[in-house]
Amino acid sequence: MTGKNKSNTNEKYLEYVSSISPKTNEIKTLFRAFLVGGIICSIGQGIRYLFSLVFGLEGEVLAGATSMVMIFLGSFLTGLGVYDRIGKFAGAGSIVPITGFANSVVSPAMEFKSEGFIYGLSAKMFTVAGPIIVFGVSGSVIVGIIYFIIGLF
Amino acid sequence: MKESYKNLVFENPISVLETYSIVGTKEGKGNLGKKFNFVLEDDRYDESTFEKAECKMLSTAVKQVIKKSNHTEKQVDLFVGGDLLNQIISASFTARDFEIPFLGLYNACATFAESMIISSMAISGNFIDNAVCGVVSHFSTAERQYRYPLELGCVRPPQSQWTVTGAGAVFLSKYTNGYPSITSATIGKVVDYGVTDVNNMGAAMAPSCASTLVRHFKATNTNPSDYDMIVTGDLGALGSKILKKLVNDDGYSIYSNHYDCGEMIYNVNDEEFQGGSGAGCSAVVFSSYVYPMLREKKINKILLLSTGALLSTVSSGQGESIPGITHAVCLENL
Repeated sequence: MTGKNKSNTNEKYLEYVSSISPKTNEIKTLFRAFLVGGIICSIGQGIRYLFSLVFGLEGEVLAGATSMVMIFLGSFLTGLGVYDRIGKFAGAGSIVPITGFANSVVSPAMEFKSEGFIYGLSAKMFTVAGPIIVFGVSGSVIVGIIYFIIGLF
Repeated sequence: MKESYKNLVFENPISVLETYSIVGTKEGKGNLGKKFNFVLEDDRYDESTFEKAECKMLSTAVKQVIKKSNHTEKQVDLFVGGDLLNQIISASFTARDFEIPFLGLYNACATFAESMIISSMAISGNFIDNAVCGVVSHFSTAERQYRYPLELGCVRPPQSQWTVTGAGAVFLSKYTNGYPSITSATIGKVVDYGVTDVNNMGAAMAPSCASTLVRHFKATNTNPSDYDMIVTGDLGALGSKILKKLVNDDGYSIYSNHYDCGEMIYNVNDEEFQGGSGAGCSAVVFSSYVYPMLREKKINKILLLSTGALLSTVSSGQGESIPGITHAVCLENL
């Protein structure tokens, strides 16, 4: 088979495959994502209240302290081998919050520790989180420029 | 010119004297858990890395199969093996532990049948008297090479499979009366129907499996009913469904006697979805489930088809589709 004939066969086959492949149950996965994502955010909010009411923190210091605790929790649970189990259940629910970002940095660091501290752990630490950082930084620069231009008028 | 259906018919059949399998904890809890020769208590196998553990698994399987068949290391003429890791380090490093001439192979998860075919050709051609074939795969090493870190909390799609942690080894020798023997084999062609989804290996490999299976039937003038079992390597539930349909379209019905190692090995739950995959999958299921039945003469003729997906992280990153390959080996009690 060559050329057109072959691409026809392939197309038919791919159509057939996608027609019998199991689909993700989106109602179930969305429910789980919102449930777990909501719980994580509620914990974060609780810590925020704690810092503001008990320790009297406010503003940027309050936001920073809350993030630090959440990042620590995400990393700690990754180290204990618990976070990936939460992730299997929750999907985006545990990836999107800041604990998920911590998980994406700590998990490759643990994985590649066996190749040494510099070429393994340190070099591979951002393989998963790298794109998030790139888009986060580029996005903030673009928004900043737009903000600046609007401010001119 | 007519299409070539030529396959390998061994006028001097090759006997399989012994088999040995060693699997991880998860496989030990699966459907066939009690049948394996050795189940690890810890997937790290007392080693510092999973790569070392994988190597030790294959090394143990090779050592044990030589012992079980009443031979010594020095009497073995050839070791043929492979695995899934870059530069097949597990097989090569295993060979380092033995003083046996070594051929390293890579045909992804089809390596097991490939190693049996190459050894059989060498034995049948009177170049050597015996050979050990061994392949291995390990979930944790495959995940890091092909997918994500183990502790990353991500979700597997429902069409995905689970790499088997396991090593299987078989001892082949010149025809010995009373042992199941390899009588014919078909070397697979690389077939690619354009599947690009790296999570859907079953769909990527099924066309190559159908191609080899139909070629084998035509070349040997046999029908599916001539075999007690047609055993595929790691198509999984979805891939098996596709295979049966494709073969049916060519006029052969294998609905009643087709079995898939990947589909059988686990109690399929949420995590494994379509079942097991990996080079070790067909090796351990053949060694500990299919072969013993042949040996006890519960069944007398089987066709083993190890299926492989020939992709790399580079090729799939560049948007290439996934070519499949399948080799077939026919074993019977003569």
